[in-house]
Amino acid sequence: MSALGLLFTVAGLALIGWLVARMRAATFRRPRVARFSALPAHHGWFVGICTLAPPLIFLAVWSATAPALVTDAVLATPAAAMLPPPGFERASILSEARELGAGRSQGAFHDLAEKLAPAYARAQHRYDTIATAAALLLAFAGGALAFTRVRPDFAARTQVERGVMLMLLVASLIAILTTVGIVASLIYESVRFFRLVPAGEFLFGTHWSPQVVDSRDPGASLGALPLFWGTFFIGAVIAMAVAVPLGLMSAIYLTQYARPVTRRWMKPTLEMLAGVPTVVYGYFAALTVAPAVRELGVAIGIRWASSESALAAGLVMGIMIIPFVSSMADDSIAAVPAAMRDGSLAMGATTSETIRKVMLPAALPGVVGGILLAVSRAIGETMIVVMAASGVATLTLNPFASTTTVTKQIVDLLTGEAEFTSAKTLAAFALGLTLFAVTLALNVVALVVVKRYRESYE
Amino acid sequence: MNNGPDTDTVGRPPSERRPTDWKAAAVQRRTRRRYAAERRFRLIGLAAVWLSAGFLALLLASMLTQGIGGFRQTRIALPIDLAREHLPVTGDQVRGRGADLALAGAGLENAVDHAATAAYGAEAPDWLSDGAWLVVRDAVKRDPSLLRRPATIDVPVTSAIDIAARRDGPAAAEAVVARLQARGVLSVGWNLGFLTSSDSTDPTRVGIWGALKGSLLTMMVTLLLAFPVGVFAALYLEEYAPRNRWTDIIEVSINNLAAVPSIIFGLLGLAVFLNTMHLPRSAPIVGGLTLALMTMPVIVIAGRNAIKAVPPSIRDAALAVGASPVQVVFDHVLPLALPGILTGTIIGMARALGETAPLLMIGMRAFIAAPPSRLADPATVLPVQIFLWSDQVDRGFVEKTSAAIIVLLVFLLAMNGLAIYLRNRFETRW
Amino acid sequence: MTFPPKIQARDVSVFYGDTRAIDHVSIDVAQDNVVAFIGPSGCGKSTFLRTLNRMNDTVASARVDGQILLDGEDIYAPDMDVVQLRARVGMVFQKPNPFPKSIYENVAYGPRIHGLAAARADLDEMVERSLRRAGLWDEVKDRLDDSGTALSGGQQQRLCIARAIAVDPEVILMDEPCSALDPIATAKIEELIHELKGRYAIVIVTHNMQQAARVSQQTAFFHLGQLVEFAPTSDIFTNPREERTRDYITGRYG
Repeated sequence: MSALGLLFTVAGLALIGWLVARMRAATFRRPRVARFSALPAHHGWFVGICTLAPPLIFLAVWSATAPALVTDAVLATPAAAMLPPPGFERASILSEARELGAGRSQGAFHDLAEKLAPAYARAQHRYDTIATAAALLLAFAGGALAFTRVRPDFAARTQVERGVMLMLLVASLIAILTTVGIVASLIYESVRFFRLVPAGEFLFGTHWSPQVVDSRDPGASLGALPLFWGTFFIGAVIAMAVAVPLGLMSAIYLTQYARPVTRRWMKPTLEMLAGVPTVVYGYFAALTVAPAVRELGVAIGIRWASSESALAAGLVMGIMIIPFVSSMADDSIAAVPAAMRDGSLAMGATTSETIRKVMLPAALPGVVGGILLAVSRAIGETMIVVMAASGVATLTLNPFASTTTVTKQIVDLLTGEAEFTSAKTLAAFALGLTLFAVTLALNVVALVVVKRYRESYE
Repeated sequence: MNNGPDTDTVGRPPSERRPTDWKAAAVQRRTRRRYAAERRFRLIGLAAVWLSAGFLALLLASMLTQGIGGFRQTRIALPIDLAREHLPVTGDQVRGRGADLALAGAGLENAVDHAATAAYGAEAPDWLSDGAWLVVRDAVKRDPSLLRRPATIDVPVTSAIDIAARRDGPAAAEAVVARLQARGVLSVGWNLGFLTSSDSTDPTRVGIWGALKGSLLTMMVTLLLAFPVGVFAALYLEEYAPRNRWTDIIEVSINNLAAVPSIIFGLLGLAVFLNTMHLPRSAPIVGGLTLALMTMPVIVIAGRNAIKAVPPSIRDAALAVGASPVQVVFDHVLPLALPGILTGTIIGMARALGETAPLLMIGMRAFIAAPPSRLADPATVLPVQIFLWSDQVDRGFVEKTSAAIIVLLVFLLAMNGLAIYLRNRFETRW
Repeated sequence: MTFPPKIQARDVSVFYGDTRAIDHVSIDVAQDNVVAFIGPSGCGKSTFLRTLNRMNDTVASARVDGQILLDGEDIYAPDMDVVQLRARVGMVFQKPNPFPKSIYENVAYGPRIHGLAAARADLDEMVERSLRRAGLWDEVKDRLDDSGTALSGGQQQRLCIARAIAVDPEVILMDEPCSALDPIATAKIEELIHELKGRYAIVIVTHNMQQAARVSQQTAFFHLGQLVEFAPTSDIFTNPREERTRDYITGRYG
């Protein structure tokens, strides 16, 4: 039976349990005193859940362990003795054999895969049969046990609601689990990395060339300072130089000057900038902006202007960030009490004087918080720099020169075919951890600033 | 303003400040300057809005002008007489399932090359796209009588000639095009194959169907996981959670997850799903799982806002007739909050659909020529396909990349349109 | 009083966190009476009302001391099912709060969740009976599928009363049910209270002394969380025993 078929069978059993229990509960005479005990539907749900939950939990656990069991069974066959030692070739033979065994491909590249395929098919079939039988048994047992409890005085509603609450609680725990997963996996791999490369060398080293890592002294070519600088230069300097004036002035114009019609149309239009996928920005940066920037560089006399310049990536990233800045500025300005604005206008100040001298200073903490969030967004952005920035790490102030970033290096380090234990791949996780820590700090600071600011006007 | 000269009363103590003369030339000058500054400021604001909108317009225009060409294709009229080629296939063999294999085995590709040589000279086979003989094959399958009679079939040309015919290509190709155009055998038509075929090394044969299907499978997994989990978590936090440290931790986690760079989720997927759980690389199931973790916080936050907007009086009313807390939520609060939750979900899904970086981390950047049919099959997704094509050197891929971007943007626009429609249609003001 | 009281509150105190909102209140509500709670705003009369069907449970910081008995049963006992309690002790709120569903569904919701109707016909009958008792049937019988929120304020409040009646409660609590209504709608609700009297024990919180005088048999005067005086309505308004009651009724404060 296929996995989907099994799921449908189990669900079908649960449905039958639901119907039968409901019908049976419907025949109960309502006791006179406790007129509000469980409805037939509650009994139905109780049996349905008891039928469905055990096999589903079992199958979830099983699907995580079964592939390993199948592989073990295959490795125990005599033909497996001819497999090469663990490595890329062995893995590819095994995966070919698995595909063949499952009937998903017709021919194999390796002869050995053809020999192993029947073993795969047999082992898979054996374990599938076991799983199917166990799942069905659990469904029957759960359903039958639950059904014996369907009695007039059984508080099925309480039980069902307890189950629902448990489900809701588990759902919200997944958020914690994700956070823990991120932190744990980043820290675990980073610790392995820092065993090979001292943290000081990694954080403050100025030479980054992961293509030529000397295995005796990996730290010498894995100094990430140029990456941090490049990330800061592109994300926090160039991108913000574009996004802050444009976003802030757009927000001011649309909230203070524009007619309602203009505002109604232009606000969603600007928000569309945030909805465009980053890969599209990346392509735009690489195809249109970067050559233009290079030509500009050459035109103003920088002969070696790069076609993978920091300016091109930062410019496009700034465009992407405009709506973030403008919507945060919009919120902050809207939170300034109208009385302040009216007070200034009533003394004969012009609108722009009111905005510059009264509203902006009052809204400043909110705007600054918004800019911090935008910076955190920009330095975590990946696709634009992957497609438009260079892979060469340089410590430079020249926006026409090539610069690389943390996110670009993470992608470059992990998309090769390197061994997963090498300093090179582990470095990606150390970079990831740094990125995570910095963005987290920026977000927390920004949220605290914004929150204080909001409270001060409430 | 009562400070005109007529109110300048006589007999005040000399120490008193004279009232401002608002008509004085200096004051007037100053006022004019202030008004000029006001106009300048306003103009700068307007310029910022138009510049931002202009960037969007430039972006969309450059994708559109480049991308439309990706849906077009140059074809050459190829006179072919398969009867002369004596292909060892029968009319029966080209009907039914074995037809592709039979025609390939019979040497149809060579027959097409012969026909090209016969019609346009010795170099002609090089002008045809790698997929040209497949067009002939499909024509034969549709009409087996072609095996016995001469006919003229429009077949696609190579990328270089295609570009030369529709834009400006290399000089050699331009010369060929000029010759062929003089004979009137070139035609340009819509390339429907772009929507139905998958990745290929030849830009004239590529299509987005494989990537689109990968995206759909991935999004399905994401939606099935993130939607229920997100909604349930939102319900729990907003309706039931006791105010304690655990709840605070959950809340902080969710708010932070929503701001974590997407590539970090890719690292998580790589470390947990691939290296620890040994799930298959580049599979929609892993992509969907990773994106689900990323989308879930978005749904939780949107869900909580929607649930918060349901007035407490509704909950009181339901409680007062004896509804249990679970009944209050599932009978009243959830249905009323659903439009808001759905709007948030669609926006989160649109973001996931356009996401690239985390999927690169879990290996969805492989060359996938066959559309995936199951969740564990190797697959790629639309944004990653765009990324892969953008890296290709062949000029033919430029148009294809932009064309794929158009398809992606159309999907995103449709999703956002649906979200706006839902919001306007079902938004309730209390 | 010949019957045992329907509700007996014994020495009830309510706390919100550390603040005491109700201070040692004891009161009996008889089976077939209308009892009015009056007092200046913030005196705790609504808080006390909400303890009678445990609606205070929804406020996390609220804590109730003392004993409240419904037919001799402690409603704060651990084995008391709140859901059943609230069906037996219905409540009508200050602002009309119909569900944003059809009129029919508003009334049918209670019977549905409690499984009171075996068939659709039963349910139809219950809805009609409740709407008739709430004096709303003639106005809405042709548009039962319209949304409950489309009715006028007074009609909405009567719909909420019909909704409370539909689960066949023994007690109906009304928390300033007319404060959001115009005089004509108020008159209709008061008329309705007269008709419901005898079938249900009714407790009504009001800030309007004339209303208390018009609809209730007994009146309780609350002040600063304390029950100052509880007596037949005629006595309270003509011959109050307590100084504070007299001051309030004569409009000296409140």
